[in-house]
Amino acid sequence: MNHKIMKMITPLAAGIIFGLGLLLSGMTNPMKVRGFLDIFGEWQPALMAVMVAAIIIFAVAYALSNKMKQPLFHGIFHRPSLTQIDARLIAGAALFGIGWGMVGLCPGPALLNIMTGQEDILIFILALLAGNRIAHFSVGPAK
Amino acid sequence: MWNELAGGALIGIAAAILWLGIGRIGGISGVVANLFLLRQGHRSWSLYFFIGLLVAYPLYVYFVGTPDMQMTSNKMILAVAGILVGMGTYIGNGCTSGHGVCGNGRLSVRSMVATCTFMAFGMLTVLIMNNITPSFANTLGSIK
Repeated sequence: MNHKIMKMITPLAAGIIFGLGLLLSGMTNPMKVRGFLDIFGEWQPALMAVMVAAIIIFAVAYALSNKMKQPLFHGIFHRPSLTQIDARLIAGAALFGIGWGMVGLCPGPALLNIMTGQEDILIFILALLAGNRIAHFSVGPAK
Repeated sequence: MWNELAGGALIGIAAAILWLGIGRIGGISGVVANLFLLRQGHRSWSLYFFIGLLVAYPLYVYFVGTPDMQMTSNKMILAVAGILVGMGTYIGNGCTSGHGVCGNGRLSVRSMVATCTFMAFGMLTVLIMNNITPSFANTLGSIK
């Protein structure tokens, strides 16, 4: 099939499947996520399975891609180039972790939950976008 | 347990499709940054991915049912947490998907460090909010 069409269909299909996975696993329920993070309280470990399953499957796909010259419908693999472990990485991950723990929403579930129509989600999303900009203009553009 | 495994498998498959199909890492914080003007040139695939995410919701409601969703209604907490997630994922170049799934799947040490860091800080935050200031717990939809 025409690559131009596949370049639309591939991310669209990936988005749908990704979203269904988030919903099925319960990652879109902030209370469940906070229960998973509550290791010193009434820990609900089930969400560990989400990460394990997803990582294993992606690891297989990534290993497979090492034997391919290019993706199926695009010229190159956009391999992440950053490898350094620096203050920026740690500080960013720490801030994200605090925000994630406070409400129980990471970016994917936050976007999906727009569809619930709850106004509270919009507060979180708008704040997230503001946070993007604050970081962009204070710490500098993402690499 | 099975729903979590199956859901995780779907997430892995979606990330695999994106990588093998068009060579892009399925990181949602990247998608958000691409979409909302901070990174030029990556916008079109991010837009289709974003639309796909939104389409998943009515599909799920139709075929499976309305998913559980319980969240704090404290607007101050929502706003502060949103800002922290927006800043942190931008500064650290990733979140639970880009670092947590794809980065770890690539065996990137950088992503492993990021994942351990945000998990640790997430756990610490829940610990503090639920236990050291128990009055928070009610407004936050604690599991207790």
